[in-house]
Amino acid sequence: MSTNLSDTERGQDDKQQTSSLASAASAGGRAGDKIFSGLSLGAGIVIFVMLAAVAAFLTWQAAPVVGIPASSVTGGNGFFSYVYPLVLGTLMAAVIALLIATPIGILVALYISHYAPAKVAKPVGYVIDLLAAIPSVVYGAWGMTVLSPALAPFYNWLSETFGFIPLFAGPASATGRTMMTAGVVLAIMILPIITSLCREIFIQTPQLHEEASLALGATRLEMIRQAVLPFARTGIISAIMLALGRALGETMAVALVLSTGGLQWSLLTSGNNTIAAEIALNYPEAFGNRLAELIAAGLMLFIITLIVNLIARTIIARYQEFSGAN
Amino acid sequence: MSKRIDVEHLNVYYGDFLAVEDVNINIEPRSVTAFIGPSGCGKSTFLRTLNRMHEVIPGAYAQGKVMLDGEDLYGRGVDPVTVRSMVGMVFQRPNPFPTMSIRDNVLAGVKLNNKKISKSDSDALVESSLKGANLWNEVKDRLDKPGSGLSGGQQQRLCIARTMAVKPDVVLMDEPCSALDPISTIAIEDLIHELKEQFTVVIVTHNMQQAQRVADKTAFFNIEGTGKPGKLVEYDDTATIFQNPREKATEDYVSGRFG
Repeated sequence: MSTNLSDTERGQDDKQQTSSLASAASAGGRAGDKIFSGLSLGAGIVIFVMLAAVAAFLTWQAAPVVGIPASSVTGGNGFFSYVYPLVLGTLMAAVIALLIATPIGILVALYISHYAPAKVAKPVGYVIDLLAAIPSVVYGAWGMTVLSPALAPFYNWLSETFGFIPLFAGPASATGRTMMTAGVVLAIMILPIITSLCREIFIQTPQLHEEASLALGATRLEMIRQAVLPFARTGIISAIMLALGRALGETMAVALVLSTGGLQWSLLTSGNNTIAAEIALNYPEAFGNRLAELIAAGLMLFIITLIVNLIARTIIARYQEFSGAN
Repeated sequence: MSKRIDVEHLNVYYGDFLAVEDVNINIEPRSVTAFIGPSGCGKSTFLRTLNRMHEVIPGAYAQGKVMLDGEDLYGRGVDPVTVRSMVGMVFQRPNPFPTMSIRDNVLAGVKLNNKKISKSDSDALVESSLKGANLWNEVKDRLDKPGSGLSGGQQQRLCIARTMAVKPDVVLMDEPCSALDPISTIAIEDLIHELKEQFTVVIVTHNMQQAQRVADKTAFFNIEGTGKPGKLVEYDDTATIFQNPREKATEDYVSGRFG
């Protein structure tokens, strides 16, 4: 006990003697630095562990699919012919949603960041953020009961006029509950993601670069093309990827809107299905081999997402040197 | 081409706040004019009215006349975009576009005004502009590398090349050397001497030695106190301003007895 005390006292003496260079504050700061770097490393590891755990779970649960005879798989022709229409359906819905939402999202974000007076920009921004907070089941119900019947006559006209294009081949669905409608609903759902992320990035364009462009005689549009969009390129791609992630994985809205069925190239007829909706609709009653099939389909979705993200990283890396980060 | 600038009764506002009051000044073509004065006296604000960059800030506007060879920049139906392609500007901090190569940076302004430019024409323009900015020898082997990879002084000369490529009548410089080391500063000052042969140059500077080194004429701006508008106190030949000024305020400022 007494030795402990004297140790402490000596420690205090040491501190006082060396306080000019190695002060207590900086020692604490160094310890804080170590703790913080440990914490952030830990957080990074958690992400990897979770990803690996999900992949392992999916692979383990889906493994039985390999042993099932082809005739016993749903559809009777093996797992591949069961899953590829679902993969295509998932991609179709996501692509339609992105094609619609990306240009609109970027335009709305530009309006808020560079065109609208401050009085208008704020409320518009809030409304957009609010759209993101609406549960997807509400979008699904709205898409099924309101949007689908409203679009049906338009689909009819589209198939009569542009029916020679396979994507618009008739006869159009009378209910309007088609892949196209699902894509439109998804587009509305991912619009807020694209808009609010892009807005944040556009606002952060350095004033220096905007003024450089204007001082060269650029109009506002030219300034946006010269200074704002190139600067935001990486961020726009990230925003689209996040939106794509939601579109690929969205379940309820598609399950409610789409009148599911086999693979159809026409977007205007009923049919098609997505992986997420297929799982949601069938999972509650599935067991044994059927369960393994559904989880294997989920694994496909996981792989698609990984591939898409890898592509996005590659695109971003190509512009690295000119990103303005150096 | 080089044009003269005549400013008559110019008042500059930020919203309701009068920032610069009643400036009258005549700037000769093919000359270098320096604006000096304490911080916040409105010299940069006034400079930015000469190419209508001032009004980029929300709520900011100017009243009065700024004549470029007799044509009022604030006249009815005058497009600020046109004004800015005639009156170029170099900023305090070098601001090449980070997303563009050195070559594309030089051509940035040209591509706005004249979208169709042949490869040989653009090559010639890049070379002549970079030579004009005394940068060609340093970057000719890496024109396709990003402009943001250059040193600060090189970036600033790249910005000057970018401005020259548009072939403006006037070049405005807003403290172009304040972020640069002395060697780069001298490179820019040498360049200003050469620019004078082609352009009317107006430069804002906090460095009074610099004003004496580069400027033919010098304008002293001052402010009476916070919340008061900035005013043009005295405008004369640089030698007169620094050795024999008319106004007491000017003398106090240039001799360092200010504040």
